Amino acid sequence: MTRIVVACKYVPDSTGDRSFEADGTVDRESVEGLLSELDEYAVEQALQIVEAQGGEIIALTVGPAEAVTALRKALQLGVGEAVHVLDDAIAGSDVFATAAVLAAAIGKLDADIVLFGMASTDGGGGVVPALVADRLGLPALTQASTLAVDGPTVRITRDGDTTVQQIEASTPVVVSVTDRTDEARYPSFKGIMAAKKKKVTVWSLADLGLSADQVGLDRALTSVAAAVRRPPRTAGQIVTDDGDGGVRLVEFLTTHKFV
Amino acid sequence: MSEVLVLIDGDGATVGKPVLELVTLARRLGEPSVVVFGSGADPEVLGRYGVATVYQFDGPEYADYLVAPKAEALASLVAEKAPAAVLVSSSSEGKEIAARVAQRAGAGFVYDAIDVLAGPDGVRTVQSVFAGNYTVSAHFAAGPVVIAVKPNAVSPAEVPAPAAVAVQPLTHQVSDAAKGARIVASEAKTSGSSRPELGEAAIVVSGGRGTGGDFSPVEEFADALGGAVGASRAAVDSGWYPHRFQVGQTGQTVSAQLYVAAGISGAIQHRAGMQTSKTIVAINSDPEAPIFDLVDFGVVGDLKVVLPQATAQTIAGRG
Repeated sequence: MTRIVVACKYVPDSTGDRSFEADGTVDRESVEGLLSELDEYAVEQALQIVEAQGGEIIALTVGPAEAVTALRKALQLGVGEAVHVLDDAIAGSDVFATAAVLAAAIGKLDADIVLFGMASTDGGGGVVPALVADRLGLPALTQASTLAVDGPTVRITRDGDTTVQQIEASTPVVVSVTDRTDEARYPSFKGIMAAKKKKVTVWSLADLGLSADQVGLDRALTSVAAAVRRPPRTAGQIVTDDGDGGVRLVEFLTTHKFV
Repeated sequence: MSEVLVLIDGDGATVGKPVLELVTLARRLGEPSVVVFGSGADPEVLGRYGVATVYQFDGPEYADYLVAPKAEALASLVAEKAPAAVLVSSSSEGKEIAARVAQRAGAGFVYDAIDVLAGPDGVRTVQSVFAGNYTVSAHFAAGPVVIAVKPNAVSPAEVPAPAAVAVQPLTHQVSDAAKGARIVASEAKTSGSSRPELGEAAIVVSGGRGTGGDFSPVEEFADALGGAVGASRAAVDSGWYPHRFQVGQTGQTVSAQLYVAAGISGAIQHRAGMQTSKTIVAINSDPEAPIFDLVDFGVVGDLKVVLPQATAQTIAGRG
């Protein structure tokens, strides 16, 4: 039976006013957190695979206690169970420490297919799937705009920078999916009720055979020297088109030497 | 002077502007050498920009399998040469290669950098985060540094006295583990137009829901200004314009000199892709559209009327 692990990141809502703490880490208090919108596409693909050919799905998150919110959303959407790697030492981890924790958890879960969103909506790097695959020695099928699973063969269309490629690998594999894959579903009332009874297993670093000095802010090889809020744009000139809007637009562009 | 490695990503068939930008930045940190897969890089062009050495990996594995063989080969070169820094373009392939190399080298890693500086305390990078609302300056612990840099970070500049470029062919035994993701078919994305590349263009004119599906006023104004054409996610999702032109969080990020948003409301998803543009202009029929909070100049009106008039005026003004 196919075992799918879908990685779920808990992020500050991208429509909120996101900011930084004094130590250069992301402020997770002032803006409400949720499952990264782009991870919903990964959950959707996992559900579709299992609906078509059976199998089981485990949602996995690495994050603070509140990150269980991201797992709950996945469970409401139809994922069967969830694992939360929760350890104070993880706070402030960079992409490498995060990948190390995810890889250890994925190894322990013995996944056939590991699904990620294309990037998180906060960090936005999109590199964690590749890092996890590199650590586990698994093929990485990244930036998939379509995904098809046929027994042990996984095929994707990769919508790359300059090419569109068809990529194929055998399980176990790591896959990241873009927002070009099928629209993510909404939780049903039944799904929301059922999620309340679903199990969330909590693992510490020790449960994964990792130690505190392998993760966290102190271990990171880069640090934020300054995070400066962009000065608000000075209010621009707004005109209403009374028949000469296009002319006035070009006047503005001429003044600024674009025409 | 310490060596700085610059990766040419893609098939290396041409030495494009993004590579010359990376080489120009690399000169701030040390002596640039270029790493290429395949034989396409023109040493003469690279020499004019200060490159002394081209490391050339040949082999079918780099075209037959996704990312991992290139990352493995570059990581082996980094282990051998111990460069001061590795610069890669912040494309999706570039970022994946850079991250894997940094993980193997135990290097500090920054992606989506918009500037790279040499300071008294070592290399510094500048990034624009949270939909362009914050500028983050980062520094590195001692040791190797890998940076993925966005286009337009710097203007490519030639060196006054180019030296001869040495091309060094290299071989790397690609491991079986790196041959997991097979490329079974590959098709180049061609823009099929004479317009500038969206990610690198100085002027971008984008259309959104307000076009109602007709992009001709947007394209004609872009052509009058010599700019690239972009599209909002709403327009792309509606099938009105191809995805490769999408500007926004899940499309391309542009940092243009002039950004014109026509019929685009200005949702956070779109703003993330264009907010760092220098001058922003919008045309929208809704005076309450959030895009007007960002603009230097805005026209409340119908783009189907305003843009053709602006196009005619631009062409007439040129005489």
